[in-house]
Amino acid sequence: MTQNADHVLDHFELFRGPEYQQMLANKKKMFENPRDPAEVERVREWAKTPEYREKNFAREALTVNPAKACQPLGAVFAAVGFESTIPFVHGSQGCVAYYRSHFSRHFKEPSSCVSSSMTEDAAVFGGLNNMIDGLANTYAMYKPKMIAVSTTCMAEVIGDDLNAFIKTAKEKGSVPAEFDVPFAHTPAFVGSHVTGYDNVMKGILEHFWDGKARTAPVLERVPNESINFIGGFDGYTVGNLREIKRLFETMGVDYTILGDNSDVFDTPTDGEFRMYDGGTTLVEAAEALHAKATISMQEFSTEKTLPFIAAHGQQVVAFNHPIGVAGTDAFLMAVSRLTGKEIPEELARERGRLVDAIADSSAHIHGKKFALYGDPDLCLGLAAFLLELGAEPTHVLATNGTKGWAEKVQALFDSSPFGQNCHVYPGKDLWHMRSLLFTDPVDFLIGNTYGKYLERDTGTPLIRIGFPVFDRHHHHRRPVWGYQGGMNVLITILDKIFDEIDRNTNVPAKTDYSFDIIR
Amino acid sequence: MSLAQTQSIEDIKARNKDLINEVLQIYPDKTAKRRAKHLNVHEAGKSDCGVKSNLKSVPGVMTIRGCAYAGSKGVVWGPIKDMIHISHGPVGCGQYSWAARRNYYIGTTGIDTFVTMQFTSDFQEKDIVFGGDKKLAKIMDEIQELFPLNNGITVQSECPIGLIGDDIEAVSKAKSKEYDGKTIVPVRCEGFRGVSQSLGHHIANDAIRDWVFDKIPADATPRFEPTDYDVAIIGDYNIGGDAWSSRILLEEMGLRVIAQWSGDGSLAELEATPKAKLNVLHCYRSMNYISRHMEEKYGIPWCEYNFFGPSKIAESLRKIASFFDDKIKDGAEQVIAKYQPLMDAVIAKYRPRLEGKTVMLFVGGLRPRHVIGAYEDLGMEVVGTGYEFGHNDDYQRTAQHYVKDGTLIYDDVTGYEFEKFVEKIQPDLVGSGIKEKYVFQKMGVPFRQMHSWDYSGPYHGYDGFAIFARDMDMAINAPIWKMARAPWKAVPKPTLMAAE
Ligand code: SF4
Ligand code: SF4
Repeated sequence: MTQNADHVLDHFELFRGPEYQQMLANKKKMFENPRDPAEVERVREWAKTPEYREKNFAREALTVNPAKACQPLGAVFAAVGFESTIPFVHGSQGCVAYYRSHFSRHFKEPSSCVSSSMTEDAAVFGGLNNMIDGLANTYAMYKPKMIAVSTTCMAEVIGDDLNAFIKTAKEKGSVPAEFDVPFAHTPAFVGSHVTGYDNVMKGILEHFWDGKARTAPVLERVPNESINFIGGFDGYTVGNLREIKRLFETMGVDYTILGDNSDVFDTPTDGEFRMYDGGTTLVEAAEALHAKATISMQEFSTEKTLPFIAAHGQQVVAFNHPIGVAGTDAFLMAVSRLTGKEIPEELARERGRLVDAIADSSAHIHGKKFALYGDPDLCLGLAAFLLELGAEPTHVLATNGTKGWAEKVQALFDSSPFGQNCHVYPGKDLWHMRSLLFTDPVDFLIGNTYGKYLERDTGTPLIRIGFPVFDRHHHHRRPVWGYQGGMNVLITILDKIFDEIDRNTNVPAKTDYSFDIIR
Repeated sequence: MSLAQTQSIEDIKARNKDLINEVLQIYPDKTAKRRAKHLNVHEAGKSDCGVKSNLKSVPGVMTIRGCAYAGSKGVVWGPIKDMIHISHGPVGCGQYSWAARRNYYIGTTGIDTFVTMQFTSDFQEKDIVFGGDKKLAKIMDEIQELFPLNNGITVQSECPIGLIGDDIEAVSKAKSKEYDGKTIVPVRCEGFRGVSQSLGHHIANDAIRDWVFDKIPADATPRFEPTDYDVAIIGDYNIGGDAWSSRILLEEMGLRVIAQWSGDGSLAELEATPKAKLNVLHCYRSMNYISRHMEEKYGIPWCEYNFFGPSKIAESLRKIASFFDDKIKDGAEQVIAKYQPLMDAVIAKYRPRLEGKTVMLFVGGLRPRHVIGAYEDLGMEVVGTGYEFGHNDDYQRTAQHYVKDGTLIYDDVTGYEFEKFVEKIQPDLVGSGIKEKYVFQKMGVPFRQMHSWDYSGPYHGYDGFAIFARDMDMAINAPIWKMARAPWKAVPKPTLMAAE
């Protein structure tokens, strides 16, 4: 018996004990009908070959280990960025349990969201009654200021009409007639979570600006000097939005963050559970119409929202999740241009510090090859930063990346001598990435938590940047935007590089001459 | 400090009844009526807990429940390691459940085992409009080509499949034929079926019956020589290794475990189970169906057991042994004796730190009752419990064997109710899921996830109990919970006023 009350062994150590090892070996041999180990080994090796890669890339129907989620996830993410707003997802309840778990696992925070709990009868008769009862219950129980409605697959497939349903629910008294219930259809079989974010952001602005589904007068735009800022679907929203606010305040910019979920995903532990916290107020959401311009930090998260805003007479500027010196420069210069505010010396000094840090460490990154995957904008931002560091973003993959995205990435490669041997993979998944890492190896992999399987199988060290990150804590609290954010990304990358050098030079009497104390 | 200890049982009952009436106030009338049937205060001696269960969740209330797909893919089928489980439909369902349940297994992932992978047909609009059967057929071909060592395929239907009229059974049959009788199992576990994960368990059980058992040729030679002591572990998903720390005890008492359902399980083990002499059933809720079927069809008796905490483990070992001869009965006694010193040491260490602490639970279909004994072994008291997707037979078992007089019972609790109950009862610990964890921790209440063991475990068996005790102590006695309130805010109001 290995278990011990003084030093309790859990799954890390317990099953390594001889009794368990013997037991598991017997189980396998006698009852599992295992494959011949030689055959397993043969296939394992074969799966590393160019031949396998070719078959793997010839896949037309099967997706294995994708790096994308479905629309309503983005819908929920956008909705909770508004003051006292509860996301209400019309359709089956299981999906909602999944979104909530997903966010709680990433942010280590509560995630509040309701469902209309449609079941088999609703599939036959439609979900109108679920909407009527659901809105009434949510309104009574959770006292929201706004309920933002989106849809799961089920409601989309049977063709429920949100606009008509919400109208009927209001007529039946589920919520007061003037209560804000913006909505967006978010079919999971179109696009990905970034599409859902876009649809809901647009749906909410449309609601406030264009007459609340014909129940209020259309707002007339009276342009002012403020600017709007949209972050897009972003796993670093907590750190990033706070950093952006600091930058705006340092510059003296009059701004509105649309969909500010930085507080609701970072509430204190002080004895009180805050279902709602912070967020863009509904007044701000309405008055955002009058802003001079809107900046989107993620073009592919706002493909419909930005043209909608532009059509209302604002200037719009889109970035691709800018990370690093040039990206932040372009962002701040755009803010300065739009607002007429100068970039203060303080930020110039921050910039100088990031340049300084890169100069100090460049020798360790220069020429290193990276594979990276994630959402389309994040990939662009990271790839641009790597090029700036003199590294090569050899494989850039986005499961939810489109052809248009791939062209943008290619243009980025073409802009730098370090991009010459780099390739972009739109619509591919992490099983494709696995083949790439075997047949065309790189030094490091950048991606979300699921990259750890690639790290294990291919030996490529993983640097966790992306969404979701389930198995490391608190990363989302640090910004990756702004010069300060660039610094964080730089340090994250460097830490891994140095850890790897140490790990590869620590065998006494063999490699320890390179196990340097100063690097 | 819990109120429960300073009050008489009648006071507690009155308080709990008031509490129920209080939470019902928030609801519109119609909802209050529906929810009232799911909340109750347990009366000792009653045959069940006096709540309705397994009914539709009320729209808009923030139920904690999931769906049938979660019950089939997530619970029953997903852990079968040498088969590939296709999440059939759009990308989301499979993505959110990807490796999210800690079904430990051993194998070369991606080559001969596939549990922590996400295979999906990633439906696009055209698949919804024109149907996905052709795509499904092609997916199976691609699986055969790229993952040649898979031992079978299951199709886990997501919501759209049943709505667009796809014939996944026909595709599965045709492909099975094409691949020499390969096991290919279509599962109709669309999320809108039923009212929770529960129907998904049932559908998945039935799929094993129809597409695994019924395909085994009657004259098939068994892969091993049967013995009189062959048992199968049913309804253990090997969360954090639970099935392993259970298996070891069964083997130590002289039994031979020929199959694990379904944690660290394989197709061969499913197929071998009709040869068992006894099925031992841990999660009754999710696998009673197949156990009953095997009883009817193959005459295999089944026996529920509980491997949480030494009292229930000893009781269960003896119960299991009672189906066998003296050799096994002696074996059970030897196992109990062997682990007694360890259990004594664990209890000596942790009981003084946990004595009298109160717990509120809300878990799936088994643990709301099964873990109560383990808490009691540590001197703790469960003052409230409820099932996410239990049925009346679960509440009967709970009433007859587990809960105390006056326990607050809440079926399919809503976010609002759970918060209010905890706020008023002030337990020392809440045990529930990831969606609830941070809500209660924000309130300053220690919490353990009782689905995933909060990434710890195993909790089953004697080895697991030591970990369970350690974890509960770690949660309740973490110094941080004394610091949730800022010290200057703890200053009583009058003093503050005086200082102004
Ligand atoms: S893909 Fe559809 S059914 Fe699955 S979680 Fe997303 S919305 Fe729900
Ligand atoms: S123990 Fe509970 S949570 Fe686990 S599978 Fe059974 S019913 Fe589900």
